Amino acid sequence: MTSETTTPDLITFDRTGDSYKHWKLTIEGQIATLSMDVSEDCGLKPGYKLKLNSYDLGVDIELHDVLQRIRFEHPEVACVVLTSGKDRMFCAGANIYMLGSSSHAWKVNFCKFTNETRDGMEDSSRHDGLKFLAALNGITAGGGYELALACDDIVLIDDRSSAISLPEVPLLGVLPGTGGLTRVVDKRKVRRDLADMFCTNPDGVRGDRAKSWGLVDEVALPAKFQAVVRERAEKLVASSSRKADAKGIKLNPLNRTINDNGYHYNYVDVTFDRAARTVTLTVTAPESAQPETIEQIHAAGDKWWPLALARELDDAILLLRTNELELGLLLLKTKGNIDDVLKSDEIMLKHKSDWLVRETIGFLRRTFARLDVSSRSFYAIIDPGTCFAGILYELALAADRSYMLMSEEEGESTEIALSGVNFGLLPMVNGRSRLETRFIGAPEKISELEKLKGQKFNAEKAEELGLITLAPDSLDWEDEIRIAIEERASLSPDALTGMEASLRFPGAETLETKVFGRLSAWQNWVFIRPNSTGEHGALKLFGKGSKARFNWERV
Amino acid sequence: MSINYQDRIPNNVDLGSNRTLQRALEHWQPEFLKWWQDLGPSDFQLSDVYLRTATSVDAKGWATYGYVNMPEYRWGIFLADRDPERRIGFGDNFGQEVWQQIPGEFRSTFRRLIVTQGDTEPASVEQQRLLGHTAPSLYDLRNLFQVNVEEGRHLWAMVYLLHAHFGRDGREEAEELLERHSGDADKPRILGTFNEPISDWLSFFMFTYFTDRDGKFQLKSLAESSFDPLARTCQFMLTEEAHHMFVGDTGISRVIRRTLEVMKEIGSDDAIALRNAGAIDLQTMQKYLNFWFSSSLDLFGADTSSNAASYFANGLKGRPDEAQYEDHVAKDQTYALELPDGAGGTKTEQIPMRNAMNEVTRNSYVRDCEIGAKRWNRQIEKAGFSARLSLPSTRFRRNIGSWANIPTDPTGKQISREEFESKKSQWLPGEADTAFIRSLMQGVFQPGKMAAWIAPPDRGINNNPVEYEYVKLH
Repeated sequence: MTSETTTPDLITFDRTGDSYKHWKLTIEGQIATLSMDVSEDCGLKPGYKLKLNSYDLGVDIELHDVLQRIRFEHPEVACVVLTSGKDRMFCAGANIYMLGSSSHAWKVNFCKFTNETRDGMEDSSRHDGLKFLAALNGITAGGGYELALACDDIVLIDDRSSAISLPEVPLLGVLPGTGGLTRVVDKRKVRRDLADMFCTNPDGVRGDRAKSWGLVDEVALPAKFQAVVRERAEKLVASSSRKADAKGIKLNPLNRTINDNGYHYNYVDVTFDRAARTVTLTVTAPESAQPETIEQIHAAGDKWWPLALARELDDAILLLRTNELELGLLLLKTKGNIDDVLKSDEIMLKHKSDWLVRETIGFLRRTFARLDVSSRSFYAIIDPGTCFAGILYELALAADRSYMLMSEEEGESTEIALSGVNFGLLPMVNGRSRLETRFIGAPEKISELEKLKGQKFNAEKAEELGLITLAPDSLDWEDEIRIAIEERASLSPDALTGMEASLRFPGAETLETKVFGRLSAWQNWVFIRPNSTGEHGALKLFGKGSKARFNWERV
Repeated sequence: MSINYQDRIPNNVDLGSNRTLQRALEHWQPEFLKWWQDLGPSDFQLSDVYLRTATSVDAKGWATYGYVNMPEYRWGIFLADRDPERRIGFGDNFGQEVWQQIPGEFRSTFRRLIVTQGDTEPASVEQQRLLGHTAPSLYDLRNLFQVNVEEGRHLWAMVYLLHAHFGRDGREEAEELLERHSGDADKPRILGTFNEPISDWLSFFMFTYFTDRDGKFQLKSLAESSFDPLARTCQFMLTEEAHHMFVGDTGISRVIRRTLEVMKEIGSDDAIALRNAGAIDLQTMQKYLNFWFSSSLDLFGADTSSNAASYFANGLKGRPDEAQYEDHVAKDQTYALELPDGAGGTKTEQIPMRNAMNEVTRNSYVRDCEIGAKRWNRQIEKAGFSARLSLPSTRFRRNIGSWANIPTDPTGKQISREEFESKKSQWLPGEADTAFIRSLMQGVFQPGKMAAWIAPPDRGINNNPVEYEYVKLH
């Protein structure tokens, strides 16, 4: 069987908000209703039909887009009701035929992106008051239930037929790939033996039992369903910090050029070196003249540097991850004036209670988190003309290593600096700042470093403080960097992915780290095993009318 | 202390010595009777109805006739006799021994199949509960009740399987079968069609001809199952199902006969003239036929189905009359499926045969439906009229499968949505049609008398005359 999907065409994540194929957004006051109504024939790739509100990457790209627009274009919305436009069918989860015919890399990438979108919903609820209610108006299976699990509140219709289920194990021989297993026990605290029953029953659980097991928060008869949903949505609105009178800004299409040598934006530039299998990602600092008041920030809208940075960086990471699988090492660089970056940070911190600033911080938080969980190696390259300060120093903190030039000559300064942004504003998925994570063995260092906010450090000082990895001098610099790159690029990409994911998140776990580090890793292992994707594997054979043949060895 | 189970619940499953089953049924039976009182035929529960009761599966016992109060009907549990030599007849396990117990790995699938089938049985009783008041004769009233009690028995048959083979889950599902109600917005029946009330007798005849025939084909495919108790249960149910289709077939035929008589009397086939004379014009018959045929086709499911494929592969549900096929494994065969090409035309796609099993069953069903249409047309021809009734194309008015929501005319030609909407009233019963049919629905309860819109049957029940008092009203 060879029906491996390749990616001949570039996948982009641009959606304009007015032409969704699969979602319908209606807003009434502070409640938005987001209805999933998947168009069967509009799969992102040929070869499968998106029946029964099942989804593929294209459907999820639209979800990602619409959520961003709710955050920025509709800041008055305090609660999003996720439901379906289909009769008696909420969502059947990820499309099985799409999964069955996709390459391993495609499946893994798809799951990562969908996971990030669902994590993003929880992130917005936790930090920014955007609440989510899953109004399950019909059968809810697999990824459909996982989408519900990412919401704050789940209401299931009780029509004696509609069930929620995670049928992946019994039907497909794989795992629920978007956090289902973890959220059932970690978030919803379903008793583990009941969770075991639930996750092995392809028919799932209905009505009152779903409620008593803790799988949903409420069940409602069809006649009362809308009213119950409405009432609970209003409660969530009341608990939200999003303001009814906030006026949104427009997210315009990105100014981006894609050509053979990379992706080029206003403040982010991605340049490929295919021969070396590396990418140079350069972020440019803001201009000196920056909006300083809330009014000026709102007037700048999506042109405001922190927001533009978040959008461009997010897009660049997604494009690279989806389209450039072999470019395994990213060299992170910055360009511009340190003072402009520090000033930008100061303005952002000063106005962080304003909704637009708060949402922008949220966007940056999620974008850096995306970087953290990307299966690529990162080196930060800190040399003259760079501005790794505050928000941009987070890039160096996210990197697996940082190299800073020890310059001996006068006037050729290479410096870095910390700002308030580095101290808890942008927690990683492990719930800690990148600095806290870096100094997991020396927590006392954090308060010492906090006193040094705004100071500029040369390489010697930075190395002493532990803020960089290595500081070669100018005689060694070029060779050191070249060898480090070549060496990294020669290592097994699989081993690197596993190693980096293990080293990046030390300390106690969170739901997110479990989803990415444990569930995803198991899932990716299961995906590669013959019992799921081999010739006689359950996922491969699903729907083809033949029974899977398992290798019964427990490994 | 000991209850004579054989008397109360006729059975051939050794109920008298099966404690598990007794415990389950003791709890369920009162619920069933309550359901029958609440949602079974309205207002006729005290009447003496001349009913057939199955007391055993042999030729002597499967049809015992006598007057019965419906709530006292002896709903029994019967499986066709076991063939100790029976082997799995299709799929990947072809030729192996059939299963007397459900393999754990297929437990939930079987439960779903049985629950879905079981749900339709009480649903149809609920749909038909008000029909008794407008019966065109006592003969028809009795047939309605016969159908109703047997649908009730079919529910029992499915509940038996749930109780005997599915433990606690099965007992819960059996209760749910009584909790869901046809047309109840909060607790609807599983399949959409079974939530529409059947409010007139023309619809009832169409339902028993077309929709019960779907039931027949579902039962036929389950009668092939590797799970032997299910297969044997369905085999016996089929003998009863045949009567339901007889009611539909002869019902439609009697309506046509009456219409033809009136056409001769008034010397016209004009619809309005016929309606004024109290008969149902053939155009209206055609509309009802278009409606019921097309909605019954949807019950077979999607034309490409992964479920159908795995049911077949695993030996859970076969093709009706599996023995007639040469290749019972159907692994490398393909099926040429005609699909809309999205541009107003059709295209043919080769799909794996196993995925096409719904379509294969649907085709057998269509062929079976055509037999009646031929017979009705012969009737019309013999009477000297040129009009003909015909089954619409399988593409017409579909809500499931590749042709779902693609507007076509009854011949299957794709047309615009606007054209469909504008011509719909020529093809399907409209408000005026249903109002007319409803105006004819007046109960006729004197023995031997028939409503004016339907001819008497050729013969009565169990060699009794047509004039026999089949229902004694009290």
